[in-house]
Amino acid sequence: MDRYAEQRLFGWLARGAAALVVSVLILVIGVTIYRGGRVFLTDPAIAFTPPGSRYMLEGEGGFFHAVLGSVFIVVPATVISTILAVSTAVYLQSDYSSDRFSDVVNMFLNVLWGTPPIVYGVFILTVIIAIGAQTSLFFGIVAIAIFQYPIVTRYTDEALRSAPETVKEAAYGLGSTRFETARMTVRAALPGVIAGIVMGFARGIGDAATVLFTAGRSTRMPSGLFEPSTTLPVLIFDQAMSFNAEVRSHAYAASFILTVAVLGLILVSKLLAGRYARYAPGGRNS
Amino acid sequence: MVESTEPTDPEQGARIDRRLLAERLSSQWLRGAGYFAIALFALIVLMLLYQSLPLLSEYSLVQVLASSNWDPARNEFGFLPAIVGTIYVTGLTMLMGTPIAILTAIYIAEYAEGRTKVIVSSFIDVLAAIPSVIFGLVALIVVVPFVGDYLAPAVGSGGTGLGIFTVSLVMAIVVTPFMISLSAESLEALPDELRESSLGVGATKWETIKSVLLRAAGPGIFSAILLGFGRVFGATIVPAMLIGGQTQLPDSPFATGQTLPTLIVNDFGELMSLPLTQSALIFVGLMLVIVVWLFNFTAMLVRQRLQRRWQY
Repeated sequence: MDRYAEQRLFGWLARGAAALVVSVLILVIGVTIYRGGRVFLTDPAIAFTPPGSRYMLEGEGGFFHAVLGSVFIVVPATVISTILAVSTAVYLQSDYSSDRFSDVVNMFLNVLWGTPPIVYGVFILTVIIAIGAQTSLFFGIVAIAIFQYPIVTRYTDEALRSAPETVKEAAYGLGSTRFETARMTVRAALPGVIAGIVMGFARGIGDAATVLFTAGRSTRMPSGLFEPSTTLPVLIFDQAMSFNAEVRSHAYAASFILTVAVLGLILVSKLLAGRYARYAPGGRNS
Repeated sequence: MVESTEPTDPEQGARIDRRLLAERLSSQWLRGAGYFAIALFALIVLMLLYQSLPLLSEYSLVQVLASSNWDPARNEFGFLPAIVGTIYVTGLTMLMGTPIAILTAIYIAEYAEGRTKVIVSSFIDVLAAIPSVIFGLVALIVVVPFVGDYLAPAVGSGGTGLGIFTVSLVMAIVVTPFMISLSAESLEALPDELRESSLGVGATKWETIKSVLLRAAGPGIFSAILLGFGRVFGATIVPAMLIGGQTQLPDSPFATGQTLPTLIVNDFGELMSLPLTQSALIFVGLMLVIVVWLFNFTAMLVRQRLQRRWQY
C-alpha cells in the first residue's frame, strides 16, 4: 500500500469513527424520545398519579415521586458541594497556598474524580451502619454532594485560573484584604463557575450508583429528611429490571424526562460557557 | 497593609476591625476546605478498611481473592469470578473503545474544521453527560436482541443476549466520549511548529499524524486510556442491567457473569443483615478504590513524564 492510499484509508477511518460516535448519540436520544414519548402520549397521567402499593409489580401510578426525590436530593447536594468546591478552589489559588500544596490537593481531587460512584454509595453506607441509621433523603444528599464535589471544584479552579489577573491586581491595589480580593476574582469568573455548577448538577441528577444504597428505593412520595426516598435514575434502573412489560415501558417515560432534563442543563451550561468566552481576555471558544 | 493605617476616626477603625475579622475567619474556613479533599479520601479509605476487617480477620487475602466459590449464605466468599468478569469486561471494552476513541480524537483535532468541529465536539460532550442508566435502557431494546438473535448464534453461542460481550459493547459507548475529549485535548495542545516542520520535509498529513503527533501526544493519550480503564472498572449501572448476574467463571465472551460493582448491587439488598457478607461487599468497595487509585496514579506519572519530555 503506497503512502497516499494509506493516507486516504486512515482519513476515512477517522471520519468513520467520528460518524459512528455521533450516530450512536443520535440513536440513543432518538430511541429514548421515540419510546418514551409514545408511552407518555398514550398515558400522560403516569407522570403525576401517585404510585400505588403494588407499584413495582403492577405499575400502578406514576413516577412523580422520583422526580420530586431527584429534585430534593440533587438541589441541596449541589448547594453543599458548590460551597465546599468554591472554597477549595479559592484556597488552591496562589494567594492562599503554595504551588506544592495545590499540586498535592489536585492529586487527591483527581483520585476522587476518578473514584467510581458506587464507592461513594458504599462509603456513605458504612457511615449509616456505623451510626445505626437507615437510608434516607439526607444520606442521599450527602452522597451526591461528595460525588459532585471534585467535579465542581475542577471546573471552578479552571475558571478562577483563567480569570483576568488585572482584577486581582486592582483589588489589592485599592487595599482589599485577601478575602475581598477572592470575592472579586470569583465574581469575575462567575459565568465559568456557574457552568461548572450546572455540569455538576447534570452529573448528580443522572447518577444512580451513589443513591442506590443511601437514599433507598422507596416507592412513595418523599415525606421527610430522614425518610427513605428515591431518584429518577434509581427508579429507571428498578423498572427496567422488572418482569412486567408495562412497568418496563414506564421506565422509558421516566428516561424521557431524565434525558430532556440533562440535555436542557447541558444547553444552559454551553450558553453560559459561551458568554464566559466573550468576557475572557482573548476569549477562546469552548 | 491595613494594619499600618492609623485610624483617626473611631467609626473607620471599627470598620477595619470588621474587615480583618472577616479575613481571619474566612482564612480558617478556606484552609479547612483546602484540606477537605485529602480528609475525604482518607476517611473513605479508613471507613472501608475498618468495615472490611471482619472478613479479613476470618479469611486470608489470598484465600478470598483466589477462591471461585461465591455463596454468602454458606459463608463462602470467593471473589475470583467477579474479578475475572471485571477484567474480561474491562479488556473487551478497551479493545473496542480505544481505536474508535483515538481515531475520533484525530478527526476532531486534525481533520475537522470550523462549524463541523464545534458541532462534533459538542455532540461528544453531550454523549459524555447522558446518564448511564439511559444507555443501559436503550441497550436493552437495541443491543441485547441484536447480540442474542444474531451475533451470539453466528459464533455458535447461545443465551439471551445478556452477558459480558453486551456489557463491553455498551461500556465502550459510555467511556469513549471521555477518552476522546482528553485525547483530542492533548493533540490540540501540541505546537503548530511540529506539524509545519513535518509537512515541510515532505511527509503526508497522515505520516505527520502517525509518526510525529501521536508520538508527541502519546503520554497524554495513554493517560486518557488509563483513566478510561478506571471508569470501566468501576462502572456499576450498565453492567448491573446487562450482565445477567450469575456468579460463575465466564467461559466465553457471551456468557453471563458478574463484575465487582455488580456484586455489590445484586447482593446488598438481601444480605445486609449478615455481618460477614456486609463486610465482604464493603471489601469490594475497598478493592475498587485501590485499583482506581493505581490507575489514576499511573496516569499522573505518565502525564508528568510528558511534561518533562516535551518542553518546547
